[in-house]
Amino acid sequence: MKQQMDFDVKDSLQLGGNYGLLKLRPIAQEMPLIEPGQFAQVEVPNCKTTYLRRPISINYADKHELWLLVRRAGAGTNALCDLRAGAKLNLVLPLGSGFSTQVSGRVLLMGGGVGIAPLLMLGQRLLANKTDVTFLLGARTANEVLQLDLFRQMGETHVATDDGTLGHHGLVTTHPVLAEHFDHVACCGPMPMMRAVTAIAKERSINCEMSLENTMACGVGACLCCVEDTSDEGNVCVCTQGPVFNINRLKW
Amino acid sequence: MVDLSVNIGGGLTLKNPIMTASGTYGYGEEFADFIDLSRLGGIIVKGTTLQPRQGNPYPRMVETPSGMLNAVGLQNKGVDYFVKHIYPRICDIDTALVVNVSGADVSDYVGVCERLSDFDKIAAVEINISCPNVKQGGMSWGTTTAGAAAVTEACRKAWNRTMIVKLTPNVTDVTQIARAAQDAGADAVSLVNTFLGMAIDVERRRPYLSTITGGLSGAAIRPIAVRMVWQVAQAVTIPVIGLGGIMNGRDVVEFLLAGAKAVQIGTANFIDPQVTIKAIDYLHDYMARRSLNTLSELTMLS
Ligand SMILES: Cc1cc2nc3c(=O)[nH]c(=O)nc-3n(C[C@H](O)[C@H](O)[C@H](O)COP(=O)(O)OP(=O)(O)OC[C@H]3O[C@@H](n4cnc5c(N)ncnc54)[C@H](O)[C@@H]3O)c2cc1C
Ligand SMILES: Cc1cc2nc3c(=O)[nH]c(=O)nc-3n(C[C@H](O)[C@H](O)[C@H](O)COP(=O)(O)O)c2cc1C
Ligand code: FES
Repeated sequence: MKQQMDFDVKDSLQLGGNYGLLKLRPIAQEMPLIEPGQFAQVEVPNCKTTYLRRPISINYADKHELWLLVRRAGAGTNALCDLRAGAKLNLVLPLGSGFSTQVSGRVLLMGGGVGIAPLLMLGQRLLANKTDVTFLLGARTANEVLQLDLFRQMGETHVATDDGTLGHHGLVTTHPVLAEHFDHVACCGPMPMMRAVTAIAKERSINCEMSLENTMACGVGACLCCVEDTSDEGNVCVCTQGPVFNINRLKW
Repeated sequence: MVDLSVNIGGGLTLKNPIMTASGTYGYGEEFADFIDLSRLGGIIVKGTTLQPRQGNPYPRMVETPSGMLNAVGLQNKGVDYFVKHIYPRICDIDTALVVNVSGADVSDYVGVCERLSDFDKIAAVEINISCPNVKQGGMSWGTTTAGAAAVTEACRKAWNRTMIVKLTPNVTDVTQIARAAQDAGADAVSLVNTFLGMAIDVERRRPYLSTITGGLSGAAIRPIAVRMVWQVAQAVTIPVIGLGGIMNGRDVVEFLLAGAKAVQIGTANFIDPQVTIKAIDYLHDYMARRSLNTLSELTMLS
């Protein structure tokens, strides 16, 4: 069930210059069940120029804690990254439909930049389901490869950086591990990356899911501001039918 | 004892004056996890047209100072889908169910009204002659007295329950349009729909919206909406339903003082999905503290 919840900021960490990790603790309500790939509509409490909430993926959640991994993209996300421990934050969650968590065969989780955020929880869930998971993380430069330790703890993790400061030198979509056999790919990252991965997956007939971004107002399917054109249903809401879509439905 | 009930024309009494604005509240169900929908005075569902509509291409929304521009363009699955699949799910919610009706031609509006008239749990229609986001029809009907009268008169023949006509603020004198709607048989008028606006991404040197222009809503428009509601309330004798930028209970009272009999809350639901309930509670307390028993006692002091 979706709900509006107040959280305490327990910890606020600055990562890689341009990112923040907020560790939140629910104040009164019990944490709802959250599926990997779902997101929250986050109030921006300390910013004069924002009006609407900001959609942010749930990076990690258990009964007592919820993490948001935020890239400084503008006023709202800057303000969120600047929150200090002790601040309060209001979230509407859990929203959207997430990644498939019952998949068989060899699975690749691919993230670019802050797009790795939902993959942490997805990896944990897939491992709990005894899935064979490989991770491939991309970033512009070494210190922007986020949460690398946490991914490495989960399993085989490959890295690509645009400037070659860590791992494969080049776009994540040119990483040699992509030549190996995979039965399923889950991906989240910048648009050009997701389009390139879609092309690869289509060419090799790999089952593949993408977590899309869109401009959102309500986050609950009420305003129809966030549509993606699908091959089966035309314009559908990314906030309810997505953000995760099987590439079969996308017109890319 | 505070009694918040109010008659908004055509024999329709709401349990309280707080409704949700069309296009911002889906079909109500989207908010069922957050609030008890039966506490609302009314739910005005998404703009419904005779034929299904895909709406405008992405991007459809951009945030602006204290507000947002949208260019949804009346995306909906059409009236037949509505009555078959959506109406059965929502018709038993204990609140006034109002369907927002849109179209390009007069015959489209009439067609939707006729189709809806068999479904007796629809308390009212709200005739939208004010949508700025469609190329054909929509707002153009609401920008002339003749257009407003033509649509209102035709729908009046096809609909015998409460009929609200929703006005656009994008006109020189909204009171003339309001009077034309009243004279053509409207039971009530609602205003405002969104203001035509535009925003440009200066980095990319392109408009933010696929349609270039869009409809401005949210707190930014409230003072203009309050002014227009006040003007219209003095120009017509039928009930006026006020909306535009209401963010909380205080703002509801402001519209009621301006002369509105009831209000609608739109964009604020995106920011606080429980805003409607909080506003109802606020209004109740506001009245109780001042020993006002009915909404007719809530007027501006001279
Ligand atoms: C389902 C979903 C999950 C997301 N998860 C995360 C996450 O885990 N971490 C994270 O840092 N970001 C995430 N985002 C993106 C984040 O919502 C935007 O970066 C944020 O809304 C920008 O707000 P701002 O006020 O900082 O910037 P603004 O000043 O509003 O915009 C700055 C720039 O970002 C672009 N932008 C604005 N809104 C969005 C949007 N919704 N999606 C993409 N670009 C946008 C603008 O066009 C502009 O170029 C997610 C978006 C969606 C839709
Ligand atoms: C995303 C969005 C979609 C809307 N769709 C409709 C619609 O279908 N029909 C209509 O009459 N008004 C529509 N409106 C206008 C609202 O009902 C309301 O008139 C306007 O937003 C002003 O109120 P607010 O500031 O409280 O949102 C829409 C507004 C928004 C923001
Ligand atoms: S953001 Fe409102 S429908 Fe998706």
